[in-house]
Amino acid sequence: MLQISNLYKTFNANTINEKQVLNGVNLQLTPGDFVTIIGGNGAGKSTMLNMIAGVHFPDEGSLVLDGIDITLLPEYVRAQYLGRVFQDPMMGTAADMEIEENLALAYRRGKKRGFRWGITKEEKELYVEKLKTLDLGLETRLTSKVGLLSGGQRQALTLLMATLQKPKLLLLDEHTAALDPKTAGKVLELTDQIIRANSLTALMVTHNMKNAIQYGNRLIMMHQGKIIYDVAGEEKKNLQVTDLLSKFEIASGEEFANDRMILS
Amino acid sequence: MDNIMSIVMAIFGATSQGLIWSILALGVYITFRILNFADMSCEGSFALGGSVSAILVVGLHWNPFISIIFATIAGMLAGVITGFLHTKLKIPAILSGILTMIALYSINLRIMGQANTPLLGESTIISIVKGLLPAAKAIGMKDSTLQYWVILLVGLLFAAAMIAILYWFFGTEIGCGIRATGSNEAMVRAQGENTDRMKTFGLVLSNGLIALSGGLVTQTQGYADVGMGVGAIVVGLASIVIGEVILHKRISFAAKLISIVIGSVIYRIIIAVVLQLGLNTNDMKLLTAIIVTIALSVPVLKKNKTKVVREGEV
Ligand SMILES: Nc1ncnc2c1ncn2[C@@H]1O[C@H](COP(=O)(O)OP(=O)(O)OP(=O)(O)O)[C@@H](O)[C@H]1O
Ligand SMILES: [Mg+2]
Repeated sequence: MLQISNLYKTFNANTINEKQVLNGVNLQLTPGDFVTIIGGNGAGKSTMLNMIAGVHFPDEGSLVLDGIDITLLPEYVRAQYLGRVFQDPMMGTAADMEIEENLALAYRRGKKRGFRWGITKEEKELYVEKLKTLDLGLETRLTSKVGLLSGGQRQALTLLMATLQKPKLLLLDEHTAALDPKTAGKVLELTDQIIRANSLTALMVTHNMKNAIQYGNRLIMMHQGKIIYDVAGEEKKNLQVTDLLSKFEIASGEEFANDRMILS
Repeated sequence: MDNIMSIVMAIFGATSQGLIWSILALGVYITFRILNFADMSCEGSFALGGSVSAILVVGLHWNPFISIIFATIAGMLAGVITGFLHTKLKIPAILSGILTMIALYSINLRIMGQANTPLLGESTIISIVKGLLPAAKAIGMKDSTLQYWVILLVGLLFAAAMIAILYWFFGTEIGCGIRATGSNEAMVRAQGENTDRMKTFGLVLSNGLIALSGGLVTQTQGYADVGMGVGAIVVGLASIVIGEVILHKRISFAAKLISIVIGSVIYRIIIAVVLQLGLNTNDMKLLTAIIVTIALSVPVLKKNKTKVVREGEV
């Protein structure tokens, strides 16, 4: 499915701000994998996801998605294979445009855009159906500007947009971190539901260890640009938060250094 | 009585002029408002449109209608250059525009071979349309009045056609992509569209419209001048903000485009009235800056006022 081999990345190489962020990442996903990713601040989680998405390019290593080498494909080209939801609820949608217009843009992901109408009647019916599944009442607000929605509503919409065209891989980077706990829980449930319903393959970064254990079939822990722990199946199901903490300490020889994680 | 008559005539003239210049404002709207790209090449492409149109008519005796088609294409090419500088060479938006603008100054001088090209004795769009109508005397009109009517008609036709084209274009998939690019680039890339392509498309369309406006202005005023684009951005912005002030912000896209044309007309009327009241033409740029400042500050002042009221309530 996705094969990450020997990924290296250093930001600001040969300057005083040099920072080695990815230090030989190897990861192989099988179709239907729903992987949660945890790790301390600056471990390289976002960088890894951004590299898969094509926001940054690796110094070394390769990315192969479903047999296609995407290592050097521009971000907008590989977007046809990927669904993405970001940490910042503002980032996934165009605030100045209507809900249906945002959906219409997402509906055309991976298709050639030309001088046909940007949105058609039949599509609108599809969007109403899809929005109903979110259960947020957005189906009656098709022509509202997205800027008027709450953070949680925007994340739910972004999630819908990311999966409107079935992606080969769904990338979620702390997509509930900016939401209040109740909304975060709702969006997370929705995420799980959508992933199951469409049998998607997904990578989800989270700073909440409980969620990392609760969701998905596989969990990986990153530290200093490396995957230091990779667990799946029954073993993952039976994990406890304390197990993760001690795993981290053993693997890294340090205390878990993510303030947000200790709090949650 | 005479005084009133001359003010009425001035307003009449201003209205027709406002329509011709509204095409410029529509172009400025695409970059500054829709694409969120402060494109300074506008001043150069306006004069470029004028220069190309003038030289084709004077130098090559081409049909003036064809000359403005080429003026538009020239403007579009200027948009390609700015787009290339910004998207491929990664030069900041403002600087890309300024570079194109400066380069166009020399290019416009090259095109015309001189700083100013009068269309004296050549047929213009206005003279051709006028030729289709009965003579001024026959319908009991002063020649200058008929001239205004013709400019008004031409301006109205072009403004209406451009609004129709823009309304259609921004409803298409590419048009939606350009609007989204102005709102959130990262999102557009995540949805698989090339934002560099979208920006270049927007710049091409905008500069094409601006050069068309420059060509039409040349045809109506009877000459092209290398300096005719100076301040064009602010004139365009003035039209946009006046339109926004008089009409509510939350209106449909078509109404927004129409409001820009109305804004352009109002701007010209304000200028004409102030000139009639005895202000000097040299003061016009200052006046324009003041109008834009006032129009831009109206929403801010309104907001502050409600804030004060709210704080008072608490
Ligand atoms: N574009 C960039 N330029 C320079 N340094 C960067 C850039 N992006 C990330 N970094 C640095 O790389 C390191 C890893 O960042 P990354 O965002 O991948 O961490 P993360 O694991 O997602 O952490 P967090 O839990 O805080 O989100 C950090 O030290 C960060 O400052
Ligand atoms: Mg991160």
